Amino acid sequence: MDITIPILILAIPLFMFLLLGLGGVKMSHKLAGTLGSLGMGTVLVLSYYTAFTYYFSGNPEFIDGTTRLQYVVFNQTWLQFTPNLAIKLGFLLDPISALMLIVIPTISFMVHIYSLGYMEGEKGFQRYYAFLSLFSFSMLGLVVATNIFQMYIFWELVGASSFLLIGFFYTLPSAISACKKAFIVTRFADLGFLIGILILSFYTQQLDFLPMTQNPQGVLASFGGATFMGASVLTWALVLIFTGGMGKSAMLPLHIWLPDAMEGPTPVSALIHAATMVVAGVYLVARLFPLYMLEDAALMFITVVGAATAFYAAMVACAQIDIKRILAFSTISQIAFMMVSLGVAAKDNVAIHEGLGYMASMFHLFTHAMFKALLFLGAGALIHAVHSNNYTAMGGLRKYMPITHITFLIGCLAIAGIPPFAGFFSKDEILAACFHNNWFWGAWMMMVAAMTAFYMFRMYFLVFWWNNPDYAKEHHGHLPHDPGIAMSFPLIFLAIVSTVCGFIPFGKFVTFDGHEYIIHLDWAVAGSSIGIALISIFFAMWLYAKENDKPRRMADSCRWLWTAAHRRFYWDEIYLFITRRIIFDGICKPIAWFDRHVIDGTMDGFAYVTNKASVAIKGFQSGKVQMYIWWYLIGAVVLGLIVAVCVL
Amino acid sequence: MDITLIWYLVPSLVMFCCGVYGFLTRRNMIAMLVSLELMLNAVDINFVVFNRYLFPTSMEGWMFTLFGIAIAAAETALAIAIIINLFRVSKNIDVRDATKMKN
Repeated sequence: MDITIPILILAIPLFMFLLLGLGGVKMSHKLAGTLGSLGMGTVLVLSYYTAFTYYFSGNPEFIDGTTRLQYVVFNQTWLQFTPNLAIKLGFLLDPISALMLIVIPTISFMVHIYSLGYMEGEKGFQRYYAFLSLFSFSMLGLVVATNIFQMYIFWELVGASSFLLIGFFYTLPSAISACKKAFIVTRFADLGFLIGILILSFYTQQLDFLPMTQNPQGVLASFGGATFMGASVLTWALVLIFTGGMGKSAMLPLHIWLPDAMEGPTPVSALIHAATMVVAGVYLVARLFPLYMLEDAALMFITVVGAATAFYAAMVACAQIDIKRILAFSTISQIAFMMVSLGVAAKDNVAIHEGLGYMASMFHLFTHAMFKALLFLGAGALIHAVHSNNYTAMGGLRKYMPITHITFLIGCLAIAGIPPFAGFFSKDEILAACFHNNWFWGAWMMMVAAMTAFYMFRMYFLVFWWNNPDYAKEHHGHLPHDPGIAMSFPLIFLAIVSTVCGFIPFGKFVTFDGHEYIIHLDWAVAGSSIGIALISIFFAMWLYAKENDKPRRMADSCRWLWTAAHRRFYWDEIYLFITRRIIFDGICKPIAWFDRHVIDGTMDGFAYVTNKASVAIKGFQSGKVQMYIWWYLIGAVVLGLIVAVCVL
Repeated sequence: MDITLIWYLVPSLVMFCCGVYGFLTRRNMIAMLVSLELMLNAVDINFVVFNRYLFPTSMEGWMFTLFGIAIAAAETALAIAIIINLFRVSKNIDVRDATKMKN
């Protein structure tokens, strides 16, 4: 394949970032927005072209009979450390990177268009578009990485652009603390990732994905059965690498930054904190999946973390008031679905049911990106209309905002798993994969799926039905209304995609070993998941369709649980306790005392002694010549005497 | 009676001690310079005399004396220049007032 187009896919967003970042001040808002969107549109066309070439051209570079191949478009050495360890920059085309080449530009382009309306008139509009381009560049670089270190570089770049965009409204203290929190928490996770990379490259003597994933037994052999603290070193390396994924994908207990990241502009939440960046952790595990398959312990760890996170986030989402926070916790829960799906995809070095879990995870990544971006953009439209993030300020909006209502409903149905919307197909595959591994994970995730349907429809009914506040009075006579075309178009587009993309025969394109996988709906699982989703939806409807005091009475009957869920089970407080009380008070303060008194004290002592000594002897240097002569004479006489005594 | 080495060494020693005493006690810099010359001349006498009595066949002592006289002349010129400059600054050549060296 020609390398021009792959290079352009990366170069255009980078160029746009430089252009808008350096020259944006001189541009009008309209010009900057148009340029940014045009650049992203070009990238969209080019990446679609690349992905479609990969999937459909039948070129023997890409497909060998029925097996899809991994194809390196280019791989350039960038930093040579040792003869066999170098950092390369390259472009890898395989089923999952081609999938991401569809997902990222689509969502990014939609967000670019949406932001033309949403961010209209905001101060720093050009800067916003520059950051969006930077993010798109970094995310595309991440997914096409040919080696784990390139991935790490772009991993940090997406973290940095996420930081910049969360803190976009830099005059708000809450936005500043949110962006700091996101940066610090993910940085701690990335430390684990880096250590994992170092361990892996130390043993295997390479960083490239392909030699590792195509020969996992060789990797296992290079570790030579080394163990550390009761687990094999390979398990440690994989778990540490997964820690980086836990940070980016907001898995328990490193999830605390994602809800706060909602301080950023809503389209940014849709792009970064719902559809693309937060699934980087899933993508990372999928990329290294042949290695994870070797170690059941690592897979088990992923499954347990994912399952716990999914349940926790679903619980919390049921008790939030801010609609963006509800969506944030829903995102955490859905990403955990993907993680669990990867975790259950193999056992004893064998992919279960032809790697169904792997395929399901990627499928859910794809559909979730579409419908969650839709939901976030819908939430942005609501916030734009009502000027509040809380559902308490909304209600009965279906009459005022029909387009937003319909698209939002489609998003909710998709995430709840109602056919024929996209989420049904992918979630059903995940549940089937869980059941193939172990009935417990299946039942557990089924329960979380039911909670998903409940909290999404709780929000839906509270926003669009419930009561009918007097908007005219509150908003000085102007009623909430549907947004303009720039914001409506992405909603409609994504709603259509969310409706139809479940019918894509996904198993044909993305599977764990490149062989085609025919999806058979497992009607026992599918039927029961539809059933409980419907029950949850009707339960939510019974509670929230019309204003009543049932929800309040329910909350009162179990006040402690509601409060705990509302306060996110006190994770932030636990973190604050650990950092402030234990780390700051228990470790940092004694160290600071030691530094101030012992280390500084020693140095101060040297200075004190030197000072005193020089004060004591400075009288010698009087400037009086004859005194000097006296001292000289005395010295000469004394020396002469000494010599005389010694000689005689 | 013979004039032996000691006849020369005693006046030379007296001259040297006078020079040291004068250098340490006089406050006038010109007088200190004169004392310095006394000390140098005492040393020169020693050189010549030692050469004459102990190594009559060699010339090193005479040569050293000539060097010493030349260097003393140069040194005196330098010292005079310093003293004149000090006088221009402070209208005074008292050595106790010239304490700038401690800076």
